[in-house]
Amino acid sequence: MSQPAPHVEYLAVHKRYADSDWVVRDLDLELNRGEFLTLLGPSGSGKTTCLMMLAGFEPATTGDIRIDGVSVAGLPPDKRGLGVVFQNYALFPHMSVGANLAFPLEVRGLSAGQRRERVARALELVRLEDFEDRRPNQLSGGQQQRVAIARALVFEPELVLMDEPLGALDRRLREQLQYEIRRIQRQLGVTVLYVTHDQTEAMAMSDRVAVFRAGRIEQVATPEVLYEEPQTPFVASFIGENNLLKGRIASVGRGVCEVEVAGQRLQAAHISDLPPGSETLVAIRPERVNIAPLPMRYSNEFEALVEDISFLGDHLRVRLEVCGNSDFIAKIPNIVGHGGILPGDQARIGWGALDCRALEAASY
Amino acid sequence: MGALALVLPLLAFVTLSFVVPLATLLSKSAYQPEVSEVFPETMHVLARWNGEGLPPEAAFAAMAGELAKALDERALPRASGAINRVQGGMRGVLNLTARRLARTDFAGTWRETLAGISGDWLQPRTWLAIREAGAPFTLRHYLQALDLERKEDGSIGFRPEDSRVYTPLMWRTLLVSLGVTLLCLLIGYPIACMIANSPPKRSRLLLLLVLVPFWTSLLVRTTAWIVLLQRQGVINGLLVGLGILPDDARLQMIYNMTGTFVAMTHVLLPFMVLPLYSVMRSIPPSHMPAAVSLGASPLKAFRRVYLPQTLPGIGAGSLLVFILAIGYYITPALVGGRTGELISSQIAYHVQTSLNWGLAAALSSILLVAVTVLYLIYSRVVGIERMRLG
Repeated sequence: MSQPAPHVEYLAVHKRYADSDWVVRDLDLELNRGEFLTLLGPSGSGKTTCLMMLAGFEPATTGDIRIDGVSVAGLPPDKRGLGVVFQNYALFPHMSVGANLAFPLEVRGLSAGQRRERVARALELVRLEDFEDRRPNQLSGGQQQRVAIARALVFEPELVLMDEPLGALDRRLREQLQYEIRRIQRQLGVTVLYVTHDQTEAMAMSDRVAVFRAGRIEQVATPEVLYEEPQTPFVASFIGENNLLKGRIASVGRGVCEVEVAGQRLQAAHISDLPPGSETLVAIRPERVNIAPLPMRYSNEFEALVEDISFLGDHLRVRLEVCGNSDFIAKIPNIVGHGGILPGDQARIGWGALDCRALEAASY
Repeated sequence: MGALALVLPLLAFVTLSFVVPLATLLSKSAYQPEVSEVFPETMHVLARWNGEGLPPEAAFAAMAGELAKALDERALPRASGAINRVQGGMRGVLNLTARRLARTDFAGTWRETLAGISGDWLQPRTWLAIREAGAPFTLRHYLQALDLERKEDGSIGFRPEDSRVYTPLMWRTLLVSLGVTLLCLLIGYPIACMIANSPPKRSRLLLLLVLVPFWTSLLVRTTAWIVLLQRQGVINGLLVGLGILPDDARLQMIYNMTGTFVAMTHVLLPFMVLPLYSVMRSIPPSHMPAAVSLGASPLKAFRRVYLPQTLPGIGAGSLLVFILAIGYYITPALVGGRTGELISSQIAYHVQTSLNWGLAAALSSILLVAVTVLYLIYSRVVGIERMRLG
């Protein structure tokens, strides 16, 4: 069976503005039909520019963007038929909610009856049935955002772009709307390209996440793979929390390598083709680190100096000095207790060889 | 009560400098006590006269007595000027009679005595004029300001077409003001749009350029246009120099309607740009892309989404420019010539030169009423609470 054509393709896309540096560099990305893909990265990393190029508001400097295998280079934004949700909602304040929703239908020449029916259906989708006659400024932020989403969906586009749609909302509302957006996306089966700088949001909603850094994609993968198998030190530290230990590869075995860190040796998963002698950053998740007196038989065990302990309810956060690295974090779940460790104590810590990954230091 | 004390200085200032002078001036348009103050007895007698033929002997007697008294008290010029405005030549008759009266022998009746000095005293229209000028409350100035007159039979009708002065001028003022407002809108809208949507650095610079004219005297700006537009001026010189125009066909661009339009539009443009800019700046820049992404062509997106949101700015700017234009004086007076003259220069003429303050006040009142009516219509149509000045 042949693979269906991707819904959206970015092919070697570069972008730069008149007299600035490259904003997007050598971007290759595919979105499958019905997929929820998030562009995640710090601000200024080029993710919004990627979205705007697909929407047609910015031309690519070089390279090509295709929808259903057809280049959209010459297509003006109003002919692309994409739903776009903007950061500040961009609801038209001089029109009622109903008129806002009817606007895309009206410019498409739908009859009044069809418009009414579609608007009602869209409002039902975002659970705002009773708000048709309100003005946008009479709605709360969350309601406005739901109207904006309904407006981007009401003309039944197959592809919807969302540019940090939840950025202006408080945390609880954001979480609530994350589920709602996900529900709507599954229900309608639309393809979504979503931009955010919030990694929990990206993890919670996406089928796949593309991590951006300085105009390049560092890694595209499912949230789980991003977390468990980061390919670069940037991804390792941007997604969740990671301890990064700087060292040099001493020897390479089968899938595992030995790394020299500040005179001590540790074993780590060898996931790149780094040869012995090259610089590396070893990434260890704080929750994979164990502290004695728990029974330990790990390939990596070290003496560490406890610098600080914080009690955070569900876990203890212990700051340690390990191998000359003073900001090493270990998280101990609250079911265990900290066994009487106090700041200033010497403690024995350890983790498994496959719980840490030797990443290419040069790319950080 | 304490808060009221805080506004008291302002209240006093506004009352003294604005309400009182305005009320005084407006009252002058209808209230004119000079004649009745100088000739109280005469007016008393004339009030009972039916207006047919000549008034009774008592009127002649009263007039003779009060003329002599007025001459002594140097009150005559005030009254004779007002009567003269009703009927030309009366100033001379009154002055002559007053001066001769002392040296003239009483001829049996005062009627004969006055008739001996000037034959005009035997004309009924002389007395009609005095009676009309003597009425302290009069609509005469308004009639004159509207180019109306009282016919022989007492009815009110328009003056003959060729002797109408003020109504054509008022229509012209109205049309020029509307035209200038429209021009300002057409020129100002794209400028405001550009300033509002430029990056901060460029928008500051452009805004500064809009404001720079405010730092220059109005007189300088207007004279600059004279330098540019006159027959031997910069623009004509350039056109002739480039061979576009022959030397004997230089364009007349100043001291006519063109000059008025050009200079007024230039001077009033910032008053359109600033309210527009302030409204446009409050429109999020994502609205146009949002409308386009929903399938509207850029033109349609502008018409349906951007333009309606700028209406409060258009309203504020237009009203501001229109009201300023309708009372504009210096610029049209300097560059308008005969054909580009507006009603304001007639008002100034009657205040400063002819000293017919009643007429000047009547013209001003009519202007005030016109602006008020337009403002009310406007606020009904657009809604004044939606207007934004900045």
